[in-house]
This record gives sequence, structure tokens and C-alpha cells, in this order.
Amino acid sequence: MTPNAILIVEDDGAIRRLLHAALTRSGHSVIEAADGRAALAALAIDKPDAVLLDLGLPDRDGLELIPLVKAAGAALLVVSAREDTAQKVAALDLGADDYITKPFDSEEVLARLRTALRHRVVASAPAALLRLGAVEIDLGARLVRREGEEVHLTRKEYALLAELARHPGRVITHAQLLRAVWGPGHEHDVEYLRVAARGIRRKLEADPAAPVLLRNEPGVGYRLMV
Amino acid sequence: MNEAPRPDPDALLRLVARQGNDGARGRLKVFLGAAPGVGKTCKMLEEGAARRAAGSDVAIGVVETHGRAETLARTTGFEVIPRARIDHRGQGLEEMDLDAILARHPALVLVDELAHTNAPGSRHDKRWQDVDELLDAGIDVLSTLNIQHLESLNDVVASFTHVRVRETLPDRVLDEAEIEVVDLPPDALIERLREGKVYIPEEASRALTHFFSKSNLSALRELALRRAAQTVDAQMLDLVRAQALAGNWAAGERIVVALSDDPGGEEVVRTARRMADALRAPWTAVHVETPRDAHLSPAQHARLAAHLELAATLGARIASVPALDVATGLLTVLAETRATQLVLGKAPRSRWHQWRHGSVVDQMVRGTPGVAVHVLGLAGAAPLREPLRPRGWLTRRWGTPLGYVVSLGLVALVTLVGVSIASFGNITNIALLYLVPVLVAATRYGLRTGVVTGIAGSLAYNFFFIPPIHTFTIADPQNLITVFVLLGVAVLVSQMAARSRDQALMAERSAAQNRALAGFARLIAGETTAAAVGQVLCAEAAQLLDVRAVLLLPEDGALVLRAAIPPEDTLTTLEHAAARWAFDRMRPAGRGSDTLTASDWLFSPVAVGGRPLGVFGIAREDAAAPVRADQRPLLASLIDQAALSLERIAAEAEMAEVGQLREADRLRSALLSSVSHDLRTPLTAIIGTLADMAPATPAQTTQIATARAEAERLNRFVANLLDMVRIEAGALTRTGEAVDIAEAVASAVHDLKPQLAGRPVRLDVSPELPFVVVDPQLFHHCLLNLIDNAAKYGATGAPVTIAARRIPGGLALSVIDQGPGLPPGSEARIFETFARFEGSDRRGGTGLGLAIVKGFAEAMGLTVSAANRSDNTAGAVFTLHFDEAHLRRSDIDPEDA
Repeated sequence: MTPNAILIVEDDGAIRRLLHAALTRSGHSVIEAADGRAALAALAIDKPDAVLLDLGLPDRDGLELIPLVKAAGAALLVVSAREDTAQKVAALDLGADDYITKPFDSEEVLARLRTALRHRVVASAPAALLRLGAVEIDLGARLVRREGEEVHLTRKEYALLAELARHPGRVITHAQLLRAVWGPGHEHDVEYLRVAARGIRRKLEADPAAPVLLRNEPGVGYRLMV
Repeated sequence: MNEAPRPDPDALLRLVARQGNDGARGRLKVFLGAAPGVGKTCKMLEEGAARRAAGSDVAIGVVETHGRAETLARTTGFEVIPRARIDHRGQGLEEMDLDAILARHPALVLVDELAHTNAPGSRHDKRWQDVDELLDAGIDVLSTLNIQHLESLNDVVASFTHVRVRETLPDRVLDEAEIEVVDLPPDALIERLREGKVYIPEEASRALTHFFSKSNLSALRELALRRAAQTVDAQMLDLVRAQALAGNWAAGERIVVALSDDPGGEEVVRTARRMADALRAPWTAVHVETPRDAHLSPAQHARLAAHLELAATLGARIASVPALDVATGLLTVLAETRATQLVLGKAPRSRWHQWRHGSVVDQMVRGTPGVAVHVLGLAGAAPLREPLRPRGWLTRRWGTPLGYVVSLGLVALVTLVGVSIASFGNITNIALLYLVPVLVAATRYGLRTGVVTGIAGSLAYNFFFIPPIHTFTIADPQNLITVFVLLGVAVLVSQMAARSRDQALMAERSAAQNRALAGFARLIAGETTAAAVGQVLCAEAAQLLDVRAVLLLPEDGALVLRAAIPPEDTLTTLEHAAARWAFDRMRPAGRGSDTLTASDWLFSPVAVGGRPLGVFGIAREDAAAPVRADQRPLLASLIDQAALSLERIAAEAEMAEVGQLREADRLRSALLSSVSHDLRTPLTAIIGTLADMAPATPAQTTQIATARAEAERLNRFVANLLDMVRIEAGALTRTGEAVDIAEAVASAVHDLKPQLAGRPVRLDVSPELPFVVVDPQLFHHCLLNLIDNAAKYGATGAPVTIAARRIPGGLALSVIDQGPGLPPGSEARIFETFARFEGSDRRGGTGLGLAIVKGFAEAMGLTVSAANRSDNTAGAVFTLHFDEAHLRRSDIDPEDA
């Protein structure tokens, strides 16, 4: 994996050390910041490729930093003890690439970080063809195939799947999906999403009752598993 | 216009009142008879016995047997609540013991003679008020009544029997009651009378012999039957209206009855009440306050007050309207109340009186298109015109001596001026000069002074200027005209002036009242405490009505005196009781009301929208009735204003309290999130560090794994504890969102992979189920805890089944394990906090998981139940129930979605 500069924004020393060790093991270079001020300084000076951000900072709410991190062009993972969906949705809607709740598994943090970094590279030119197990999504030809056979999706089902495929592995909030697929003003029509998601699963999943492709994050959004 | 039939809210209310609203208020049944001796008491006892036989708790409150064996025999077997002895002027009187009945609280009590008047010193003046209190206490009452005791029929009965009973019963009491007519043909009744089976009080026997004539009895019998039929009709009508079965009734009839001080006004009031009854219409009794009112004699005042009081007791709304004349005032009221019927009494007046003052009846008929005007001739009304002779009457009519001195002085002056002008030769316009004293006298001193001045002026003119001069002879008829003109001007001008004087007086009076009310409203609007509002109210009432005043406010269930004028006023226990009664019943009590009249104080409830906020009491220094009938509207306005202010203050206090609660909520949620952060951060470090540790020996591998598993268990406990705290603090925020059960179950199963540890999960969830509307996160946690619980208690390797299916009335989602199942009888207890059963601690449960499921489920409006499997397999079934309200069958076109 290409080494990247990762900024850890976390007020707790033990967690910082833990993340530091895991990241260095994977070959990344690490910058640490214990509060919001230090984080902003590091963001400007060190220009990190990705930021691991704790929301409960001593000097400010971590949510305030999200737009600044995104403006600096870095990938952003929120690592927080805050569990309620409202916080998750707020962070994701502000532009965070992912949200991990404490306690976390270092391996999972690394995996999600990889996804976020990859997305950062490909965001400008998303892959035209995405292969997920038996399913192939051809964004160029607007075609979806399962085990080589073309699958007919409704317009909205396809639009939803395409939107998720543009950010594979990343959770997209309900509001973001609804806005992208159904247009502004539909941000609260979660029912539309449920119907479309049901349709996609029925057509693409081997067992729609135990989905492996399209995962639901309760109250937050959907994620296309890679 | 075809509007859908809509239930009439008033009718619904009356129905509720009659049906007793789940036994909150007792039911009254009245045995109505045409005359004494028809057997009402016996009928009542029969019904009482029947109900007792049916298992009801029946007691006798009071039954008058009048020593007749026939009646006495029927009372055997009943529990009789002993009567109370009341000492009145050394005389021992027995009355029904209201408090003893209330304390004993039977389901049904028998109370004879509903129209009975209680001995002085009793709580209520009338027995029907006692019965009212029994009904309020939820006790059913059987009672008896003779038709002539009914208030609205009192006159009618008296008119043909020539016996007027003083014990009367307001019609509204009967309105709410079930009525059974006890009927006996007149001949049979007369037969009973002859046999001595009818009790007649000795002192009344002579009057009653006439009463029991066959024609009287027939008429009474007809009245009783008709009245009963009318009540039944009305009740039937209420039922129809409440259910809006038919839309064909006279909607919106409103009756106004005009009251004056004319004798015989009671009949007008009763007529209006009968009409209101027949039309089921609200009615308003109006007195038009004209300038004439200022000259009423005390007797006339008393009559007017009595008419207003009678109307109030018969259920009318009372209004007093200031106006220049009766017709104008009535027209205003008719327009304001949008009345459809007007009832007037017409006293016989001379033609002269009518010609001069006009007839109100004519004016009303002309001025009110669309209003039916009912005129009642007040034939028997005593004097044609009562002389108006209040104090100062003479001076007001005839003017002041000073007026005559000034006016006649002016006449003299004008004569002098005229004479000096005449000495220059020209006398033709001198007559005009005499207009000056006439105008001055008529405008400033009234009609009679004006006329006298006119006469004096014309005499002077005649004597000094009309040839032959220095005689009163008028030679030229033209000069006669001058004299008449002077007199005519005097009359006209004085009448115009008097009118505008009256107008100014009226305007001033109503302005003063409005000013007082507006000032009062302004004063109390600025007050921020209930006590301060009370003090202003007391001061204002004391000043406007010339009374002592107190305000009592409820505090911790007791009524506490919060304001008084004079400030040192206190209340006796008896007065406190009256105040309490007024507060509890939301009806006035004390002097001038119909309850607890022994008190010097009149207590009126201060209430807004049926919610009592306090009690306002007034009393007069001389212990007279504290408020005249014509002052009642003013008193009511003051109380209403104060009530609004008190409500505003209460609302402000409530707002402040809500603000504090919200702040407390905010703090609690901040605290929870900080505790959660502080507990999780070290756990994260521990778990993360253990995960990263590289074991040096195989033994260390096991040790690290154990340490990590325990740390993760601790983490789950922390999460559960925090969830439990949130449930118990009521700090759950919940949203409603359409959730696909299949999807939610899949997410939960995915998240629980470590706990399931390869245990098979069988899903029996149709992807076609309707969505459920729940809080997605709380629902997710419910599923996590239920599946985790199944994994924990299921036998090793045994599958967990998750099944969702439609059931009648909703949807059931079950998590089924295969294990030891629940100990019998523990199905409900299993959801209690820290409920754990034998062996469960070996499996690493906190005893919180299921309590959290229950807490979260209930927060979302779902129910959860536990049972053992019913399919011959050992194991437990936990089921979440969604009712129809929680289901959303999507009608979204898949092409849209």
C-alpha cells in the first residue's frame, strides 16, 4: 500500500498511541493532534492524505472540523464514542467518508481507511466497471449483470445502485441518496429508498433475506459492500 | 347545502350528564305524580326493593311514611340512614343527613319529596340541592315529585287550583332525570282520599279539599303526563342530535326575554323558560337600564332584582344593558345575541302614556324583522302606574328654587331692556327677547321651570308691550300667537335639553364602568403574581361594589386566603367551607346564592374554561346581600378579567418550569454522552492494545484472547447500562421512519456475527411484508438484544430462528431459540431489570438485555412478550408486536422507486 500521511485528531493519549502503532505498522506516516487547534495547524502544515477524527475534542466539537478537512482535500474517518445515528448522519452529511464507533477494531479502521483513500484517488474518475462477486455494474454502459446475465433494474433502482457504486464500500446517508436519485425535496422520503433497496436485493442478491451486497446501516444509510 | 349531519355538542354534553359518564355522576330517577296520594313513594320503594334484590347496595335517605302502614311495610328490609337533628330556635327539626349518606356511600339512595325545603341552618336550602350533591358523589338517587312543585308550572297550577305551593323545583333538575309517571285516575284517587289513605297535613286540609276536585285532578294529571312526555321528547331529541340521525330540527333558536320592574314579571320569565324548554334553546333575560332606573323606588328595585334572580335560577343568562330607552337597548341585545324569539310583558298603560312614550311592543315588532315577538299581557298587574317617588323627586321634576329666581330675574331684566327699547318707539321684535330667559330656563333647569318662565315671559310681554298696555287683555289675535310660541319653545327646548342631559348621564355611566374595567384590566395585566392580581381584584371590587373582598387560591390542595380588602380580613371555618364548596362545584355559594346561605359572604368561583383557579368572596359591612342583581354582570366581568390574568400567571409559571425541565434534559443528555465517552475511551484502548499484542507463547495466546473477550463483555455491559439509564431517565429521543424488517434483521445478524459464532440463523421473513414505522436505531438495538439473548441461551450449535408474519391486527416478529426455555410463570418477569434465572449467570448475561428490549419497544409504542415454544421443541419465543398503526404498506410504484 502506498504510504500516506495520516493525521490522528484524538484527545486521549492511549487511543492515539494505539492508532499510531497500527498505522505505522501498515507503513503510513503519522501526525498526532490532541485538540482542534493543533489539528488545524497540522492540516495546514503537514497536508495529510487522511484524517482520523474524534468528535469529542476538548476545545471544540469535532463536527466543526469536518468541512475544513474536506476543504483541505483529505479523506476523513470519524472515530468516535458517540453512538447515536443523528451524530453519524450529521458527520456523513458534512462530508466524512466513514464513521467508526469506539471501541473499534484496528483492522477495521485500516480497512475503512484504505477504502477512503482509494476513493480519494478515484473520485475524479470513478471506475467504469465495478465487479462485486457475481455482480457486475457497468456504469459506462448503464448495465448490471449477475453471473454474466443482464439484470433488468427500474430506473430508480439503477440510479440508486450507480450512486452507491460511485463510492463502493462507503456508507452514503439516506438524505444524500435521496437527493442524488430522487432530487432535492425528497430527502425525507426514506420509504422510496426501502422499496428500491428491496428491488435491488431481490434481483441481485443470492439470498435477499441475508444480503451481502447492499448493506443497511440502521438509521444512517446504505453501503455497497466490496 | 347538503352538510353531513353533525352531532350537536350541547346534546352530547346533556347525554353524558344523563348517562353518568362511567358512573362519575349518579343517575336520578324521579317518580312524578299529579297529586299527593297517587302512590309515588310506594312505587319508589318497590323499585328500590327490586334493585336491592338484584344485588345493588340500596339505602333509604329519607322516606315519609306519614304513619301509613301500607308504606311502612314496604320500608322493611331497607337500611335506613338516620336523619340528622337540626336545632332551630329551640325547635328540634329532623332532616335527611346528607353527610351520613355521603360517608356511607350506597350505590342507590331513596330520597322522598324532591321539592322539600330544608330546615333553616341546613347546608342547602332545598332538598334537590342535597340530591345534586349525592349525584355528584356518584350515588344514584330515586326520588318523588308532585307536578305542581315544578317551577315553570307553578303559575299554571295555581291558576286553576288556587293553591300556590311555595316549595318549587327548578326544571333543569328534572331535565337530567329519568322520569316515571305514577298515574292514578282521578276517581280512584278521590276514592283513596275518602278511605283516608292520602296524607294531608292538617293545616292545609281546608285548602286541599278544593284541590282534590275531579276537574283539578284531571288537569294536574294531564300536566304531569305532558311534562313527562316533554322530557322524554327532549331526551329523545338529545339522542337524535347527539347521533345526528336526522338534521331536521330548529337549529340555533335563541330566546331573549325583556325584564322590567312591572308587577307580574315572574309570569314573563316562566313563559320564556317554557319556550326555551320546548325549543331546547338558550335564553337570555335582559334588563335595559334606562335613565328612568335612577328614579326607581326601593319596591320597584326589589321587584326587578327578583325577576332577574328568578330568571337566573330558571337557567337564563342574565344581562343588563344601559340604553336611552328600552327599545334601543333591546334591539342592541337582539342583534348581539342573534336572537330569534323575543318575550315581552306588556303592562296596561293609558292611551295617553302610550301616545307620549310610544309602545315598546310596537317598536319591537317594527324594528326586528325575523324575530318572533311574543307579548304577554300583564293583566292582573296591580297598580296601573306606580307613582315614582324617590328622594329628591320633587326638586327633579319641578326644578330648583334658584332656577326660578334666575329665570324670573332674567324675565324682569328682559322686560327692563324691552321697556327702554320701547321708549325709542319700536316694539315689534321685543317678543324675541323673551326667548332668552325661556331658553336658559328650559336647558338649565328643566321643563317646568322653562314652562313657568315662558308663561311669565308671555304675561310680562302682554302686560308691558301689547296694547292695551298695562292690562292682560290681548286685543290683536296676532299677539296671542306670540304667547303660544313662547310656551311651545319652552316645552320643546326643555325636552331636547332633558334628553341630551340623560344621554350624557348614560354615556358617563357606561363610560365610567368601561373605564373602571379597562383600568382594572390594565392594572392586573402588569401583575406577575397571583397574590398581586388578587389584591387588585379585591381593591377594585371593594371600591366599585362597596364591599369587603377576599380571594382564595388553591395551594397544595387547600384553599388559602391570598388577598383581602380590608387586608386584615379572615374567614371562619364555615366560610372556608362555603368557599371550598364554590371552588369544588364551580358554582357560587353563600349569601345571595342558593347554597350555604347562612354565610355573610358570597363566594364565586374564579375559573377559565371549566378549570377553577380560585374563589372570590365578597361581603357587605351591614351583612346585607353582597351584590345586587344589576351589579352581577359587573362582578362577573371583574372575576373573568382576574381569571384570565391568573391563568396567564399560571401559564407563565408552567413555561418557566418547562424551561427548567428542558435545561435538566439537556444537562442529562450531555452527562450521558460524556459518561459514555469517558467509559468507552479506556475500553477502546484496552481492546485495541490486546488486539495488537503479539503473543510470545501459546499460553499467552489464550490469556490475551480471554482478556480481550472480557474487555468486550465489559464494553457490552457499559453499553447496556447506558441504554438502561437512558430508558429510565426518559431520555430516549425517537423518530419514526419506514423500516424494512428483512433489511433490519439482516443488519442485526451481521452485527452479531461474533456473538453468534457460527450458530445457524434461520430467517423466516418474507421480503414482501409491509414496512414498519419505528425508530431505526432503537429497533436495531431491540433486535441485537433479542438475537444475542437467543444465542446466549440456545443450546450449543442449535439454530436461532427469526420469523416475521402478518397476524390479525398487525405484525409479529419473533426470535426463537432452542434451549431450556423459560421457567413456568416467569414470562412477564423476564423483562424486569436484572431478571436472571437459574444458570443464566454462567452465560455472561447482564440481566439488562431484555429490560432494554422492553424499554425501547415501549418507547416506540410496541409491545413485547415472551413464551415457551409451542411446537414440542424446548426453547423460548420472544415476540415484538406491531399494531396496524405501525405498519406502512408502501403504494410506491417500483418504477418510481
